[in-house]
Amino acid sequence: MAKIIKNIKSNTEHHAHDWLTEHGDYLYRFALARLRDQHQAQDVVQETFMAAIKSDTFAGQSSPRTWLTGILKHKIIDLMRKSHQETNVSALLSDEDANMDEFFDQAGHWAEAVKDLNMPESALEQKQFLTILQTCVDKIPNKLATLFMMRDIHETDNAEICKELNISPTNAWVMLYRARMHIRKCLEINWIDR
Amino acid sequence: MMDCRKASQLISQSLDQKLSMRVRFTLQFHLLLCKYCSRFSQQLNVLNVAIRNIGKLVENDKNITLPKDIKESIIKAFESEKR
Repeated sequence: MAKIIKNIKSNTEHHAHDWLTEHGDYLYRFALARLRDQHQAQDVVQETFMAAIKSDTFAGQSSPRTWLTGILKHKIIDLMRKSHQETNVSALLSDEDANMDEFFDQAGHWAEAVKDLNMPESALEQKQFLTILQTCVDKIPNKLATLFMMRDIHETDNAEICKELNISPTNAWVMLYRARMHIRKCLEINWIDR
Repeated sequence: MMDCRKASQLISQSLDQKLSMRVRFTLQFHLLLCKYCSRFSQQLNVLNVAIRNIGKLVENDKNITLPKDIKESIIKAFESEKR
């Protein structure tokens, strides 16, 4: 019995090196895309590998990459939840509410024309567009960006996100609404006039 | 009568949750008549997808790699785990 356990263990070690070589860079990019902070991304990748070699849940039902990415997602969500708790969410909402007065006149009409964004068609344009979009997302407050990233990771399970971030569904939609309004405006300025 | 301020809120909300039939109907009616809101609606739908794709820019950038010292410290941790 002890021998079998020893065998399994050395197998895991052997795999662990392969995992790092084959998936280390990918996992790092995955984390960086969501956390947008190199140090945080490096930390969660380290934690992921530590958790992976300690756990014995990988039984080959999924590819190692899928399994490792699953562990990584949990680490990222934990981190986002922690950093979210550090700022008061309601502080984000107190200065403005869903009225967005800078965008509408007193009658509730658009204060300025909603311009056609001419969405990208070619692959090259698409890449440019995504780069500009990225800078627009970077300009919105970090917590709003977190909300977007969480949606991405959770694949749109909003109820779950509200629970994780401890915000009410109403706050969530107001936050998303405000974020989208600002991102769209930012694109109008930077994409149309590029 | 729904104004653009309200319509824009509902358009955004509709991306996150299903609106009631009544609200959807009122919104659709507004969109039929309002060029700006219907443009806004179409743009938000495209943005919603695009925002999810921006992560892929980083994710697919093969030039970004896990720094060597981090890899080494992970390997070191593997070794100490062995003992």
